[in-house]
Amino acid sequence: MEALKPIAMKAQDETSKRIDDPRWRRVNRVMRLHGYKPNALIETLHMVQDTFGFLELETLKYVAQTLQVPLSRVYAVATFYHFFTLKPPGRHTCVVCMGTACYISGAANIIGDIEQSLHIGPGETTADGAISLVTARCLGSCGLAPAVVLDGEIKGKITPAEILETLERWKTDDAG
Amino acid sequence: MTLDEIREIARIEADREEGYRHRINVCVAAGCLSCQSASVKEAFEKEIAKRGLENWCRVKGVGCLGLCSGGPLVAIEPAGILYHTVAVSDVSDVLEALDDGPLDRLVCSGEMPFFKRQKRIVLENCGRIDPERLEDYIAAGGYQALHTALTRMSPEEITREIEKSGLRGRGGAGFPTGLKWSTVAKADNETKFVICNADEGDPGAFMDRSVLESDPHRVLEGMAIAARAVGANHGFIYVRAEYPLAVKRLKKAIAQAEHAGFLGNNIFHTPFRFDINVRLGAGAFVCGEETALIASIEGKLGRPRPRPPYPAEAGLWGYPTLINNVETLANIVPIIREGSQWFAGIGTEKSKGTKVFALAGRVNNTGLIEVPMGTSLREIVFEIGGGIKEGKQFKAAQTGGPSGGCIPEHSLDLPMDYESLAQVGSIMGSGGMIVMDETSCMVDVARYFMEFCRSESCGKCVPCRVGTTQIHELLGKITNGTGTAEDLTKLEELCDLVKHTSLCGLGQTAPNPVMSTLRHFREEYRAHIEDRFCPAGVCRMGRGKEGE
Repeated sequence: MEALKPIAMKAQDETSKRIDDPRWRRVNRVMRLHGYKPNALIETLHMVQDTFGFLELETLKYVAQTLQVPLSRVYAVATFYHFFTLKPPGRHTCVVCMGTACYISGAANIIGDIEQSLHIGPGETTADGAISLVTARCLGSCGLAPAVVLDGEIKGKITPAEILETLERWKTDDAG
Repeated sequence: MTLDEIREIARIEADREEGYRHRINVCVAAGCLSCQSASVKEAFEKEIAKRGLENWCRVKGVGCLGLCSGGPLVAIEPAGILYHTVAVSDVSDVLEALDDGPLDRLVCSGEMPFFKRQKRIVLENCGRIDPERLEDYIAAGGYQALHTALTRMSPEEITREIEKSGLRGRGGAGFPTGLKWSTVAKADNETKFVICNADEGDPGAFMDRSVLESDPHRVLEGMAIAARAVGANHGFIYVRAEYPLAVKRLKKAIAQAEHAGFLGNNIFHTPFRFDINVRLGAGAFVCGEETALIASIEGKLGRPRPRPPYPAEAGLWGYPTLINNVETLANIVPIIREGSQWFAGIGTEKSKGTKVFALAGRVNNTGLIEVPMGTSLREIVFEIGGGIKEGKQFKAAQTGGPSGGCIPEHSLDLPMDYESLAQVGSIMGSGGMIVMDETSCMVDVARYFMEFCRSESCGKCVPCRVGTTQIHELLGKITNGTGTAEDLTKLEELCDLVKHTSLCGLGQTAPNPVMSTLRHFREEYRAHIEDRFCPAGVCRMGRGKEGE
């Protein structure tokens, strides 16, 4: 245990460095509540993503150091779970549900139409950083298939035309 | 908190409710929320204030009312009227009609088979109580079963009661719950854990989400009773991060229960102590497998390990651990309250109680339903579900998600129980039921599920990692019109291999959708291969050739 002490102290220094930023305070709070134990890793990454929108390499290093988990393991966890993303999201996000009910109600066609409109595939963001296209395994809104989430708002029984209309608005929003 | 205090709260709540001539319940579960039920609720509140009806009418947000396809749903008590597709502009009409009977253009008939054919045990409070108020749950009899379990039953008696009820795990495999409990109870260790598996990963399934969003205290109470039975003092709920509303309501419910003394130290003035923490999943289907789920709670990669040892002996951090699914735990309270005999009297010989299904796909009435085990598929699809949309032809019902199979038309009279579903090559699974009509191509559906398993395979064992990719490629060939008869043989051999040699349930069941469609819809595969024709018109034949 003695050998670990300097690392822990180093981590403490890092913590104090980031103490003034309210965003970092949220992240630090999660780690503190879990007693800086390695098993807090996933909970911490959730808070990082919730706060910053994605997981930046520098952030991963900081979390690794504070929780005393090898960076390789932090990276492994961050890339294993689909919920985490290492890329910054666009200003708007369009999530298309690919659950079974949505799939048989034409979710694949919806994706196809969006791809044509935005020239990007699922998991990508438009070059101007305006719109990200994401697919979800299942939103659990199967009774309202096909479903999408447009900037955090679930829309059920959606038609491709409605989505394209929103996408066009998002494009022009940013231009203006 | 004592039993008398609970009863006092229940009485006050009941009196308060009685005081209103009309009680308006607006569904605020995720389904209706996505049809703007929140603004409907707000409109009711505003309109009631404007008309000065506050002393006569009260508005409450409640959990899932079931008929998601008719959202936003509004229930009027005590008249027992249910309105569908209520818009903000309908609010004043609904209020006008309160005293003179129902508003015909929006009313759902209570005689609808959708409601009449159901038997609600797990969902008994859904749509009746405000999920964010502990008092509502107490008024519905909440936490009295925990009191009984702590003060009038020994841990052995609780376990025996669950054993006698015949309850089986609702997560998929149907393992007897009582047996699981007694194994953990027998494990000799000071520290034990209870985990609630709320990582509802099957696409097309939203039962657990609805229970958590509509009646979170029910799950907490079930966990506490389970903890008392097996001798655990700590609990975890592993819930999908994709369900933010369920997470929020769970956390709120835990805080309320702690504050009221239903969780924490000396519960009901007994030496029993129990706490519950929420852990967020992060979008890995394999984490529904219990050893992978445990690894994920430990903050590691969600990869399964070989069993034995089973989690009942060596689970979370090596300690004996009980893992039950949300719906299983939601069945505990009524069993303790009504007795095992009552529960065992519902359902079939080997499958007791009810099952909640998330009915979706090409049926008229989609939503959340609960029926006694053994109800026929025909009854679910054509009576409760109201038949196929646009008068089309029923083709198959898919149960069990990516681990399940497709049930064809000639098996419509199949009773829904664990054994019967296994006989036709499907599984009960967690309760997702997707109805398909002639517009769905069964080969394409098989390919869809294999794509899912391929991307969700954790990569630890070769049969699953490589096998699912190979099967997916073969199905890709068949659906783009370049498949051969030889591919069909290869497909069957591969399915057999992956099924028998994979490490965990994900790989072992991944071939099920392919094998069940090969068994019941072989002619569709033939049409794709021999005639280069997709009978449902879904697959774009020849696409592969152009692409290459």
